[in-house]
Amino acid sequence: MNTSHSDGQQHPISLYLKIWGLLFVLSALSYMVDYMQLEGMLRWSLIVIFMLLKAGLIICIFMHMMWERMALICAILIPPLCLLVFTALMVAESEYTLFTRFTFFS
Amino acid sequence: MTGLIADFSADREAFSVPWGKAMMWIFLLSDTFVFGCFLIGYMAVRIAAVEPWPPTSEVFALTIAGHSIPLVLIAIMTFILITSSGTMAMAVNYGYQKKRKKAALLMLLTAVLGLTFVGMQAFEWTKLIEDGVRPWENPWGAAQFGAVFFMVTGFHGLHVSIGVIYLTIVALKVLRGHYERKGYEIIEITGLYWHFVDLVWVFIFAFFYLW
Repeated sequence: MNTSHSDGQQHPISLYLKIWGLLFVLSALSYMVDYMQLEGMLRWSLIVIFMLLKAGLIICIFMHMMWERMALICAILIPPLCLLVFTALMVAESEYTLFTRFTFFS
Repeated sequence: MTGLIADFSADREAFSVPWGKAMMWIFLLSDTFVFGCFLIGYMAVRIAAVEPWPPTSEVFALTIAGHSIPLVLIAIMTFILITSSGTMAMAVNYGYQKKRKKAALLMLLTAVLGLTFVGMQAFEWTKLIEDGVRPWENPWGAAQFGAVFFMVTGFHGLHVSIGVIYLTIVALKVLRGHYERKGYEIIEITGLYWHFVDLVWVFIFAFFYLW
């Protein structure tokens, strides 16, 4: 994790091909979620799990984040967590909007 | 962890990577916030919409040989983008091996796949506009659908188009041997941008099309 790469990131092509295959399978699975018309919690949890797995594989392997130094990993991956706070704020806000629409406009 | 503390307290460059790569990462971080805000805005209007949200599974269905297959075009676009990410990762590898012809050809292949993606997106937009989708109205339900669709997929499509141009320019320079002495970090940097475009599509696919 803390090895420096002065001559760039070099990894075997077979690794990329394996990840490529894995991403294909995960995409097919998330498409199947829609195709099989799963509903409710099962649908949403499967969509999010497949999405996070795909995102993780792309960031770790294709973007080589797995082999970068801890300083770069933290500088890039921690700030986007703010978006989770923003999401929570906007959920509260939009539910209030919906509430007022139902109360005063219907 | 000790490495992290040493890097930040050493009173010198914190990230021991080429400056172009650090700047690309910082640009991608800012782009993360742009797309993050778009998707959060989409979530907010969808929660607050009084009318039902249009059923994306049916809206984006295509009729092939008499059967209506849900989301089929979007699924093909997803596979094309993932494939382009794979060819890009291989181009980075060949670049570092100094096999510049192979690297440039794989980058051009990546650009062609990206162009295919944009072409299919243009087809999808045309189809939806013919169906009567506008940023302010659509035949199926909540009026906000059109605005979100055009904004989010449009901005992503713009990123893919810029990526195609960027890839082509760098690939041609690689082919000419422009980086023989400088080193081939540039392919990895271009690759970071391209993988990021793929990454954003993963989130759009999950939240906009499947949700």
